[in-house]
Amino acid sequence: MNAQANLVALGTITRREVTRILRIWSQTLLPPAITMTLYFVIFGSLIGSRIGTMAQGVGGAPISYIEYIAPGLIMMAVIQNAYGNITSSFFGAKFQRFVEEMLVSPMPSWAILAGYVSGAVLRGFMVGVIVLLISLFFTKIHLYHPFVTLSTFLLAAVIFALLGFVNAIYARKFDDIAIIPTFVLTPLTYLGGVFYNVAQLPSPWKEISHLNPILYMVNAFRYGLLGVSDIDLTWAYLIMFAFVGALTAYCLSLLRRGVGLRS
Amino acid sequence: MSSSQQSVPALDVVDLRKTYATGVEALKGISLTVQAGDFYALLGPNGAGKSTLIGIISSLVNPSAGDVRVFGHSVRSERSQAMRMIGLVPQEINFNLFETPLDICVNQGGFYGIERKTALVRAEKYLKELALWDKAHAVTRTLSGGMKRRLMIARAMMNEPRLLILDEPTAGVDIEIRRSMWKFIEGINAAGTTVILTTHYLEEAEQLCRNITIIDHGRVIENTSMKKLLSKLDVETFVFDVTDANGELPQLADVRLARLDDHTLEAEMSRAHDLNSLFAALSARGITVTSMRNKANRLEELFVRLVDGSMANSGGAVSKEAA
Repeated sequence: MNAQANLVALGTITRREVTRILRIWSQTLLPPAITMTLYFVIFGSLIGSRIGTMAQGVGGAPISYIEYIAPGLIMMAVIQNAYGNITSSFFGAKFQRFVEEMLVSPMPSWAILAGYVSGAVLRGFMVGVIVLLISLFFTKIHLYHPFVTLSTFLLAAVIFALLGFVNAIYARKFDDIAIIPTFVLTPLTYLGGVFYNVAQLPSPWKEISHLNPILYMVNAFRYGLLGVSDIDLTWAYLIMFAFVGALTAYCLSLLRRGVGLRS
Repeated sequence: MSSSQQSVPALDVVDLRKTYATGVEALKGISLTVQAGDFYALLGPNGAGKSTLIGIISSLVNPSAGDVRVFGHSVRSERSQAMRMIGLVPQEINFNLFETPLDICVNQGGFYGIERKTALVRAEKYLKELALWDKAHAVTRTLSGGMKRRLMIARAMMNEPRLLILDEPTAGVDIEIRRSMWKFIEGINAAGTTVILTTHYLEEAEQLCRNITIIDHGRVIENTSMKKLLSKLDVETFVFDVTDANGELPQLADVRLARLDDHTLEAEMSRAHDLNSLFAALSARGITVTSMRNKANRLEELFVRLVDGSMANSGGAVSKEAA
């Protein structure tokens, strides 16, 4: 197909994904809103008010606990929803076999991947905006570095969409798409500096925490919103770009070989 | 369409082999050619390899060896060009049960790079032609079995394929809907689309298809025109409903007459033998024939014989290996 036709195909998948997200909004958009509201109430207002200042912000202004965790909570919602969207949607297409609609069409593998990743990123964006709006009821958010905020959101959402795609490709039953979020994604997110500053951890936990890629995403996003970060931003971008490159190549290779899709 | 394009076969399958990871050898060197514009039957018993063959043609199954060319484009090396030519109606329902027929058709157009505006027009056209337009906005899981089958045909038509593959499209569909589906597909074929049909309703294949391939155990066991194949049928079996068949039955050369019950007779006879002499002999015994029919469809009889022969051959092979 020519470039124009490929774009139409990509747009069709994206549109179908967005339609699905909005059609089942009570499963896609409402749960993160409720969960994150509870986080803000319990960890932010009730417990956070007793913790005091977490860091010095731009111009030496103190950053309260609720301000400190807000970017992490937004990023957590983005990561979980980007991952969850692509696993449930692509595995659902495999399970009901309508993935064959795309496999028998002339559209290239990259268009299939890009369409599903776009859908996942858009759900991450919708959920991120919802959580951001909820956070404004509890604290003030300043957008210190808009480019860093947006680029970190985009890279993190793409990374977890690609990881979700790999999960969906290999999954054979619904249990297979629940295991990774429960036993890998959630622990890594909680240990990724959402609720605490890793610099406060004792050795070797501080060093071990630096092996967690989510730490870099949370801190880069925090830098964008609050102007402070526990890690070097250059490392954060290097790691995120490396993940995007490696995972994209891997996903395309899986699609080209038809792993889990063509017998 | 230029004459050179017309002379290129719609489908050219060359020594196609498929061995699954489980070790099952589904195709053992299939070769066949379907000319452009043909209405072609691909028949075989369950497990013969038909679905694997269709899977490879539509790129859902990777071949182990050999190649498939669709209007000259290799499925292996020119997948995109080959797939643009094909419309597939699979055996199993494979659309999103939470979407509407209109969305399913328009999205299918989108996967082929067809702009939404054009896709909407085409979707309306085919949904109307297949009597589904009043259900265009219904959730597909609420559709009846026949409607779901027709929706899969409408979806396959969205890219206006030059080769339409129908894998048991009328399974479980009542006779009225089946007839309307065939009328639609005959119209598509008459307009120039090549049609390949697999079905277990052999009277459909006999009535609709001009050429035929029968495969069994992953091999082609017959590949000819429908006319030539049917001419091979040298014996036919008729069932007669009669007034009273209690008495002695007449004896005729080349006719094996059997009493099924007091009012039903079965006659297996050579096609060369005329029916008049049989009727005369029955009348002479005071037996009046009230109605008659073929015991089985002609193609069905041939099919059973060919497949039985193939099974006997492969059975021999299996027992030799086991020994």
